[in-house]
Amino acid sequence: MSERQVDLEILRYNPETDEVPAWRTYRVPCQEDWVVLDAINYVKDELDRTLSYRWSCHMAVCGSCGVMINGEPMLSCKAFLRDLPDRIRVEPLANFPIERDLIVVMDDFMAKLDSVKPYLVPREEKPIEDGEHLQTPAQLNKFKQYTLCINCTLCYAACPQYAHNESFVGPAALALAHRYNLDSRDVGRAAREDVVASNAGIWECSFVGACSDVCPHDVDPAGAIQQIKIASTMDYFKDLLMPGRGR
Amino acid sequence: MSRKPYRRPVSTSRWWLAQPRYIRYMAREVSCVFIGAYTGVVVVGLLRLSEGAAAWGAFLEALQAPASVAFHLLALAFALYHTTTWFNVTPRAMPVQLGEARLPGGVIIGAHYAGWALVSALILFLAGG
Repeated sequence: MSERQVDLEILRYNPETDEVPAWRTYRVPCQEDWVVLDAINYVKDELDRTLSYRWSCHMAVCGSCGVMINGEPMLSCKAFLRDLPDRIRVEPLANFPIERDLIVVMDDFMAKLDSVKPYLVPREEKPIEDGEHLQTPAQLNKFKQYTLCINCTLCYAACPQYAHNESFVGPAALALAHRYNLDSRDVGRAAREDVVASNAGIWECSFVGACSDVCPHDVDPAGAIQQIKIASTMDYFKDLLMPGRGR
Repeated sequence: MSRKPYRRPVSTSRWWLAQPRYIRYMAREVSCVFIGAYTGVVVVGLLRLSEGAAAWGAFLEALQAPASVAFHLLALAFALYHTTTWFNVTPRAMPVQLGEARLPGGVIIGAHYAGWALVSALILFLAGG
């Protein structure tokens, strides 16, 4: 059986020489079990050493190899060539500025992630010798799904709200805020609210749901955002009915 | 080495044609136009009813015009699409956890359909009874 040949069209951009990105096609002989990342690695190793892209683990854990594959945000290490046509378009994740070739500028996402305080805010600081903050399996299951986020930002590339309004805090950051809000050991919800329950936060989301469709770990950020909307609305009415109530 | 990040242009008018899921989203959003227009028809009907038997009869006759029938079928299709798409996402927006396990999504969706059937039956009973 002859080896399958795939035409890999890659959007190239060199900030030192190019004004705009341009497509370049590489013919790649590929093996049955290859993913798109293997084909990109082949280009780098055998055809064009100037190609720049991010990758690390090759097993959908590190979240660094996200690209647009035929218009769909995917981890290139999880996109099998056997599921794709012979002509494959690979471009940097949509909605992010291109730094070089397939590498995007992540600064905006990093700032947003930081803004939602994605870490445990404990009720009280405990010395290490006092032991762990205990949690039951039921308490863990409330938020476990949202801990699976690998910050790959495919959800931002899929989100039309983020495409049109860069101030939107976005799916992954809001899902992680929700993850900590649901954690029985955490009391940081009020501290997160200024960002999370703002216009640029949950209320910018109109539930397109694309973020959850493309999430490689089924985190369902769209569902998380709707849950925060409901909790925030309940807060509003509780405050209205019981002014001055403590939270 | 200086940085010169490139920002790709985003279409403000045609972005929703890029993906089938965006088209489905826009269909869900545009359903409000048809539901709003149908609400307008109902309000006009109430006004005609308040104006007497002749006005009400003329209104009922106007409803039977082919354009009116076509509009109502279209509005019904969009209303059903709106309802089913929202019902189907309720387990994600309102998950229910009992002990360690989550209530299956089908139960939450089914409860919404059951509620829908109950309210519809009640309205039909009151209107027809």
